[in-house]
Amino acid sequence: MRKVLPLALLAGLLASTSAFAAEDTARRPVKDVTFSFEGPFGTYDRAALQRGFQVYKEVCATCHGLDHVAFHALNEEGGPGFSEAQAKAIAAGYKIPAEPNDKGELFNDQGVRLTRPGILADAFPNPFPNEQAARAGNGGKLPPDLSMITKARMGGAKYVYSILTGFHEQKPADFEVPEGAYFNPYFEGWAIGMPNTALGANAVTYSDGTKATIEQEAHDVSTFLEWAGEPKMEQRKSMGLSVLIFLVVLSGILFAAYRKIWKDAH
Amino acid sequence: MSGPSTYNPKSGLEKWIDQRLPLPRLLHDTVHTFPTPRNLNIWYTFGGILTFCLGVQILTGIVLAMHYVANAGLAFNSVESIMRDVNYGWLIRYIHANGASMFFLAVYIHMFRGLYYGSYKAPRELIWILGVLIYLLMMATAFFGYVLPWGQMSFWGATVITNLFSAIPVIGGHIATWLWGDFAVGDATLNRFFSLHYLLPFIIAGVVGLHIWALHVPGNNNPLGIDVKSPQDTVPFHPYYTVKDAFYLCLFVLFFAAFVFYSPDFFGNPDNYIPANPLVTPPDIVPEWYLLPYYAMLRSIPDKLMGVIVMGGAIVTLFLIPWLDTSRVRSCRFRPLMKQFFWGFVVACVLLGYCGAQSVDAVKFGVPMVWVARIASIYYYAFFWLILPIVGLIETPKKLPASIAQSVLGDSAAAAAE
Ligand code: HEC
Ligand code: HEM
Repeated sequence: MRKVLPLALLAGLLASTSAFAAEDTARRPVKDVTFSFEGPFGTYDRAALQRGFQVYKEVCATCHGLDHVAFHALNEEGGPGFSEAQAKAIAAGYKIPAEPNDKGELFNDQGVRLTRPGILADAFPNPFPNEQAARAGNGGKLPPDLSMITKARMGGAKYVYSILTGFHEQKPADFEVPEGAYFNPYFEGWAIGMPNTALGANAVTYSDGTKATIEQEAHDVSTFLEWAGEPKMEQRKSMGLSVLIFLVVLSGILFAAYRKIWKDAH
Repeated sequence: MSGPSTYNPKSGLEKWIDQRLPLPRLLHDTVHTFPTPRNLNIWYTFGGILTFCLGVQILTGIVLAMHYVANAGLAFNSVESIMRDVNYGWLIRYIHANGASMFFLAVYIHMFRGLYYGSYKAPRELIWILGVLIYLLMMATAFFGYVLPWGQMSFWGATVITNLFSAIPVIGGHIATWLWGDFAVGDATLNRFFSLHYLLPFIIAGVVGLHIWALHVPGNNNPLGIDVKSPQDTVPFHPYYTVKDAFYLCLFVLFFAAFVFYSPDFFGNPDNYIPANPLVTPPDIVPEWYLLPYYAMLRSIPDKLMGVIVMGGAIVTLFLIPWLDTSRVRSCRFRPLMKQFFWGFVVACVLLGYCGAQSVDAVKFGVPMVWVARIASIYYYAFFWLILPIVGLIETPKKLPASIAQSVLGDSAAAAAE
């Protein structure tokens, strides 16, 4: 097996199987949506981040984890801009598997895992205790952790948006959707394990009065997930500007020095 | 380091130190007064840039290593926590990751420069050989480093590359097992790769020392490829080349910073943000861009062992260049025929890199990429083993200028040769 694997990798496998599949059901190019965070000066739209957070919390979190995002991040600069009190309240609303209690117990008398309210230092708890449970609850498919989903897929936030809004596209008549999967041409292979009912219109009620169409919800949650993957983006871009300005000025000075010193040498 | 020292201790303290440890003298003679040809162009600033890159990788690497955890279960999360929780961790990691690409960009320019101006020819053979050794060590270091974040590409890249050793008849499988420290890429592999990734840059630094030492015996080659004949041909390294190098270094850093701050994942592969999973093979396993030309050669040959030999031979060939080139003239400026073959070689390398990034069966513009890779590989070998020796014998070089000074300061004859 071990000997065969690399050979297959290097020569055969890629050539034969995936190429054939790729021609028919390669994922479609992502939809051309625009986001506030694009470009060298782009920043996150705070209101979109807060709405996107609501979508994640009320819809996606039933299936998807956000393992790398801590509650304190919700209150940090460049993020959704929740106050510390709000972030604490959000954290406290989650049940985190508790540490052993004074008697060293992790389970109560009924065998149920003890929990405690979340604190700022905790990360979003995973909806499932382990991978097997997650698969069992999703027809054998594993809902991936969403912390870095926009960095881990070609197309980033646009890809997430396209997936979420891509369920209702016309299915080619000759394409068989396998049992337990759903048609989505933006997903590689066109058959995704995420139910097409995962995100519907009015799945959330926005407190700022924004109309909760599927497109709006998808756009908001894609913005939120971009932030989840790249929480320091605003800090990075603003520092970058200072660094570039500094370097341009320094280049100018060095150029002048260079011209002066070399004036008589060539 | 060669010739009589011109160091003249100014204070009593300097004199005291000089008699006991002539370090100030060494620095004075190597970076201060070192006579340097006055006609070095922009392509000669990359040596300094490379030294800078090595320093940046070592400094950022040491900080990363303070927070990084070399454990198959924890490595991915530790890198992600560097990005989120460590103060300016995102900056340090992005500098390190993009720094590797910048390092290779600079080394490729530096090497093509050497090829074009014949800088490997006598008496600079050892400088070139030490340079190729540095390049080899860099490839190993970068390969080990890319494994550390333990994403999907880290894991599968390591699997594909280490498996190449298993192509060696009889003992290959044992070598692979020995490299892994296990029966597959795993925790033991990650730990030893981290250890080596930390070690090799310091060995590189040592070889860089030898490289510069060897350089300071004959001194720099130059775009004309002719020897320095009189003091008029040179200027002291400081301030002439310190200021010139500083200016171009600053431009290079500007370019570098644009990636770090505005497109930090440009050179990365999205799959490496997915934790390593030995059970899921990514549809396309691609190494980092700087290894793609060799990867293309490897894959263009159906037989695995032959592929490994061709790939290895491509690197071994680089060591032999000083003896494959038969020309008496160094610089391609005066070699009209060789100049064309040189640019052909650059194109072949770029094509190989392009092919390496495609899936093996890719067809672009109606052309199967594997054939493009084959033709480019043949050109790569032909360039060194046929073109270099033959053209050197049959070509009539243009007339060389009498001296560097004459070419730079007066006489437009040399300029016209360009
Ligand atoms: C009922 C459970 C469920 C809900 C709710 C759900 N998902 Fe999924 N999701 C899944 C499953 C299962 C998969 C894995 C699909 C596969 O691999 O075929 C998945 C996959 C994904 C993918 C990855 C596709 C890929 O390239 O691997 C993204 C992105 C995604 N979901 C986003 C979301 C977002 C955003 C929400 C909230 C609006 C959401 N999901 C809600 C179950 C769910
Ligand atoms: C020749 C110089 C070096 C090169 C070319 C190099 C290259 C790399 C590369 C390509 C990566 C993967 C980056 C990523 O995708 O995240 C990496 C990671 C890493 N390197 Fe280096 N490196 C060098 C020197 C060093 C040194 C000297 C150290 C330690 C003292 C170091 C420590 C690390 C650590 C801890 C990581 C893992 C963290 C991470 O992935 O960001 N490196 N290196």
